[in-house]
Amino acid sequence: MKPKIAFFDFASCEGCQLQVVNLEMEIPTLLELVDIVAFREAMTEASDDYAIAFVEGSITRESDIPRLKKIRERAAVLVALGACASSGGLNALKNRMGMDTVKNIVYGDKAGLFETFPARPIHAVVPVDVHIPGCPIHKEEFVRVVQALLLGKKPEIPDYPVCVECKLKDNLCVYELGQKCLGPISRAGCGAWCPSNVDACEGCRGFISEPNKNAQTDIMKKYGLTPEMIMKEYRLFNAYTEDSNE
Amino acid sequence: MSSQNLSINVHHVTRVEGHGDIEVNLKNGTIEKCSWNVVEAPRFFEAFLQGRPYKDVNHITSRICGICSIGHQLASLKATEAAMGVTISEQTRLLRKLLLHGENLQSHVLHTYFLVAPDFLGVGSVFPLVKTHKDVVVRALTLKKLANDLCDVVGGRTVHPIRCKVGGFSCLPKTSELEQARARLEAARPEIEKTAELFATLKIPAFERETEYIGLYSKTEYPLYEGELCSSDAGTYKDEDYLAVTNEYIVPQSTAKYAKNKRDAYMAGALARFNLNYKTLHPKAKKAAAALNLKAPCHNPFMISVAQVVEIVDSLENAITLIDTILKRGLQEEALEIKPRAGRGVGIVEVPRGILFHDYTYNEKGEILKANCIIPTNQNHANIQKDMEKFLPMILDKSQDEIRLGLEMLVRAYDPCISCSTHYLDVKFIA
Repeated sequence: MKPKIAFFDFASCEGCQLQVVNLEMEIPTLLELVDIVAFREAMTEASDDYAIAFVEGSITRESDIPRLKKIRERAAVLVALGACASSGGLNALKNRMGMDTVKNIVYGDKAGLFETFPARPIHAVVPVDVHIPGCPIHKEEFVRVVQALLLGKKPEIPDYPVCVECKLKDNLCVYELGQKCLGPISRAGCGAWCPSNVDACEGCRGFISEPNKNAQTDIMKKYGLTPEMIMKEYRLFNAYTEDSNE
Repeated sequence: MSSQNLSINVHHVTRVEGHGDIEVNLKNGTIEKCSWNVVEAPRFFEAFLQGRPYKDVNHITSRICGICSIGHQLASLKATEAAMGVTISEQTRLLRKLLLHGENLQSHVLHTYFLVAPDFLGVGSVFPLVKTHKDVVVRALTLKKLANDLCDVVGGRTVHPIRCKVGGFSCLPKTSELEQARARLEAARPEIEKTAELFATLKIPAFERETEYIGLYSKTEYPLYEGELCSSDAGTYKDEDYLAVTNEYIVPQSTAKYAKNKRDAYMAGALARFNLNYKTLHPKAKKAAAALNLKAPCHNPFMISVAQVVEIVDSLENAITLIDTILKRGLQEEALEIKPRAGRGVGIVEVPRGILFHDYTYNEKGEILKANCIIPTNQNHANIQKDMEKFLPMILDKSQDEIRLGLEMLVRAYDPCISCSTHYLDVKFIA
């Protein structure tokens, strides 16, 4: 019998599930290997019987917690799909502002109608087996993870910086073009997606496990960036991690 | 069945982007409740944009929605450029138009084939069709891939494009890449014809409710990237007067705001654009509309999907024409030199689901002070509600399952992008 897989989402743009749909011509092959039993964005049927659950999005309200815990109970393998689920992503940028402030900004005097709490990645609520980082995820990495899981192996996510992939591609360093790039400390695996398009890495895949942040900060200072601007760069996709480390 | 007592509660309507519920309650043949509820978790973009530098803003607002990230980026760039007095080159304008046609093409193929067609073919998703209608699925995937590859070539990435910058592009497509994309678009014409033929065979529910139609209007082109803000009831408005059109309000059952203008609701999207701009549709798209029995003005919301098929034809043909123009001009590297300044700017574009507004105020350092964005689905929520109120009494003699399916199909016709609509609401920053 084919392994059953399911997709779920919390606070997110659903772009990572779209990346799965964007596998396009590989979808028929994927369907030969697995049964997709729940994928609300694409299908009406939904089953509670699945072996692998892919979860996109951050946890941002009380009602999310029991829903996520149920998914965890049912799945043998839980995969965090994309930055929002694996690191909190952009959603965590609101966390330092205070929930009353952000609700007032958006809903004004009707703020009381809506619930929210500081955004967190799913591993802050339940144990997670595999993290696929990135905003959005890289399609090829998703395929590699599915292949590894089907073979019963632990998927390998790189733990070296984006600079490695960027150098291999022979790209011109974007610092030379006056941009501020987080490539030296950010996790590779995207093929240096942004610098290859002449745009700075924003660290959407999170930082490597032993980043040399002092060296990165020195580089950014050399190119005339203030500590305030540097923090804004670090926090863009990594606010939850940065706040947790303080 | 005569539904004297009936309770339908569709929790999280499927095959739509985001989370919405349908609630219907019938007691002794009287409708006690008929409600479209938006339950998406709000994400508060508007709050955390505060203080962000102008260079980051389109990358942040892109993340409001994975499906319309190109449109969000372009509306965002237009707003920032208007605020800072930045003019763009003709090359940038052409490439942006090409990107929007690519997004329109891929989003409409996704919606019509993957999200709408299963209802008409009696299945719950596109996946079982891989076995029963393989040619249809392969055609859909081929067209979708073609559109996504086009966006990759121009934007660097189709979901959250990398190359779109204030003032232009960080990097240009290669001539050979555009030539290749053009050849593939041209080769796809027969597949597009088959798409129109497929949708001509689907039985669209007979239902009409005239409403106000809002979108961009242009005398010279079928407008996605630029045109005048226009209402079918009230004519054109200036960009900066958009709030006089959208008039957002909060309802308790929804984390997204609702909108209204001259009536109690209005429609945005492919059918609104079609009704406002039939004259400037590509001749081949007009031909497809005639074959699909779609005539302007059309007041049947189920025909939104048909209008999307017509726009698939239009976007394909326009993409080919745009590539020809770009190649004829020759691609030239352009420097991006922006001097940030304080000011306010409004950016309006048409995205697959309708008209999108971004409105920013910047300080002299080029940091966001205040932002307001109004998303198409927001503008459609009230219209979906009003359609449901008229449609439900017409189908009460059907079985509970048929009623549920009918209401779901109505919601799905709008192609609602619910995560978008809750991500960017009326925004007031506390100074």
